[in-house]
Amino acid sequence: MTVALERPAIAAAKPARRRRSSIGVVTPYLQSAPLALILGAFLLLPIIMIVVVSFWDYDFAAMYPDFLTTNYSDVLGSWVTWKTYLNTIKFAAIVWALTLFIGFWVAYFLAFHIRTTAMQMVLFLVCTVPFLTSNIIRMISWIPVLGRNGLINSTLVHLGLVPKPIEWLLYSEFAVVLAMVHLYTLFMVTPIFNTLMRIDRSLVEAARDAGASGWQVLWNVIIPLAKPGMAIGTIFVVTLVMADFSTVQVMSGGQSASVALMMKNQMSLLQYPAAAANAVVLLVLVLLMVAGILRIVDIRREL
Amino acid sequence: MSKAAEIDIVSVSKVYGTTTAVEDISLKIPAGTYCCLLGPSGCGKTSTLRMIAGHESISSGDVRLGNTVVTDLPPAKRGTAMMFQSYALFPHLDLIDNVAFSLKMKGVDKEQRRAKALDMLKLMQMEAYATRRPAQLSGGQQQRVALARALITDPEALLLDEPLSALDPFLKVRMRVELKKLQTSLGITFVHVTHSQEEAMALADLIVVMNDGRIEQAAPPRDVFERPATAFVARFMGDHNVISGRVTGARDGMVVFDVIGGGSLAARGHGREPGAPIDIAIRTDHVRIGDAPALGLGFTGIVSNIEYRGATVKLSVTGAGIDDFTVIINDSDFFARPVAIGDAVPLAWDSQDAIVLGHLHS
Repeated sequence: MTVALERPAIAAAKPARRRRSSIGVVTPYLQSAPLALILGAFLLLPIIMIVVVSFWDYDFAAMYPDFLTTNYSDVLGSWVTWKTYLNTIKFAAIVWALTLFIGFWVAYFLAFHIRTTAMQMVLFLVCTVPFLTSNIIRMISWIPVLGRNGLINSTLVHLGLVPKPIEWLLYSEFAVVLAMVHLYTLFMVTPIFNTLMRIDRSLVEAARDAGASGWQVLWNVIIPLAKPGMAIGTIFVVTLVMADFSTVQVMSGGQSASVALMMKNQMSLLQYPAAAANAVVLLVLVLLMVAGILRIVDIRREL
Repeated sequence: MSKAAEIDIVSVSKVYGTTTAVEDISLKIPAGTYCCLLGPSGCGKTSTLRMIAGHESISSGDVRLGNTVVTDLPPAKRGTAMMFQSYALFPHLDLIDNVAFSLKMKGVDKEQRRAKALDMLKLMQMEAYATRRPAQLSGGQQQRVALARALITDPEALLLDEPLSALDPFLKVRMRVELKKLQTSLGITFVHVTHSQEEAMALADLIVVMNDGRIEQAAPPRDVFERPATAFVARFMGDHNVISGRVTGARDGMVVFDVIGGGSLAARGHGREPGAPIDIAIRTDHVRIGDAPALGLGFTGIVSNIEYRGATVKLSVTGAGIDDFTVIINDSDFFARPVAIGDAVPLAWDSQDAIVLGHLHS
């Protein structure tokens, strides 16, 4: 009976397969088309436009299609640009180091010292509470805290610890770094927490069994296994800081510069080709940094 | 390397909150013994092992290893080494660094510790894989590396937490042989947690059967199998029929008891008060079809199932008050006088085969 049933099924399957094969060639393309279109239209095309425009000529009023390298020679030949790039990289390095340090310990505390998963989730959500408001608001809310007559200064003066308000709390590089660390630490906590949660707890016991002290366990087992998370967090933080202009502008009170801020200024002066050249240089720099991180740490295990 | 230590567990308890995982157990494991902690999951065998290892604090009682009380010592100071259930090899280190880990923690310099780790891998015939990562190994190979890592600390006792449970059946039997060989050649004490009575019988010099956080019986495998101390042991070890009843009296040095809802049976044992509950165990392969040699050493039941097993035939028999009585008889005996399902057969056993089981004080 099964034989009788199978025969027509096979006969029917043959033309169906042929028909499917003609559709089959197209199907994967159709399936990937929506994402390809979105990425093409909103990512690839703008980047191509920026690259194209970066070679154009411009004056105070308009842009002229052309193929000039002067925009790049202006960017790379200017002492101010180099200084701005160095400043941005300096911010990235300081913020990276601080967020990595704070982020690791927060994640470590959540993953290893909170016993119940429910409590872990609650505390993790508490970490995300600041994200319920926008970046700008979180940044601006530092002003009443750090300002000349802000919370900290008035408290210190009131207690008589300082004779007059501390000037460098707000509108300084300190303020920029503080705000950035505040904004971006969660981007470090999340991936590190994720990797730490995946560490088999018996590895810690095995290390203890082998005579490792608490610090030795941390250094020889937990940190090496947390590296992929640290790398992902690093990519988040570095790319965010390298592209930041609002934090630098608001928190430094215009006293500090970043590459993105420089681009913003060029655009407000209608120097689009110059800004585009700057953007291309920044993009290449950031991609090189990400490539460097990926070379050092294998993050495939996490994806 | 062979400096085995005796392990002495003195009225040790482990309490988690309101639940007691291990209740006041005492056990002496002689030096150089292969000891198996056997029991169903949740019986406290792993907690006991982890308390010996120092990975679990001891709520009350003491553990002594050799001449030292190790109750409050950290794991590495006890002279024990533990092999974890999933082996817990460090995924980011190659085999040499995995094995050399404890030496690194002690601050042994790199050349020396790598040389010693390589020797250890050679002992386990794993030197060809020395530069691989654990993920690139099979289960059996991972186990060898885990053994090498545990043994490099030169322990007096090796503690193994269900070491064979992650392996497929074929490998299980092979690694079992290797474990036994290793224990014999090293001469150190092995404490092995398992829920497989077959594994325990094959490996152990001393089987400790645990249930509900207590030790039901601690004895050599043959004793445990031939003279199970309690109904739990008889049932857990298998190949035993357990019959429960109430004592009615004594006759010719035998205890006579009534099976609830059934007939009267007898077993050799001390006089007990009439009315007291009693359990007896009868080996399934010591039962024969035939008339009882004396009163109370057999019953008649209906055959409910027959399974042919090659060398033996397994009969399931239902009698009055006895639900599922298993009889294993030789194939030649069976086919000389075959019975069919539904037949009423007389079953009998000798007086020394009915073992009166004890109870744990609760």
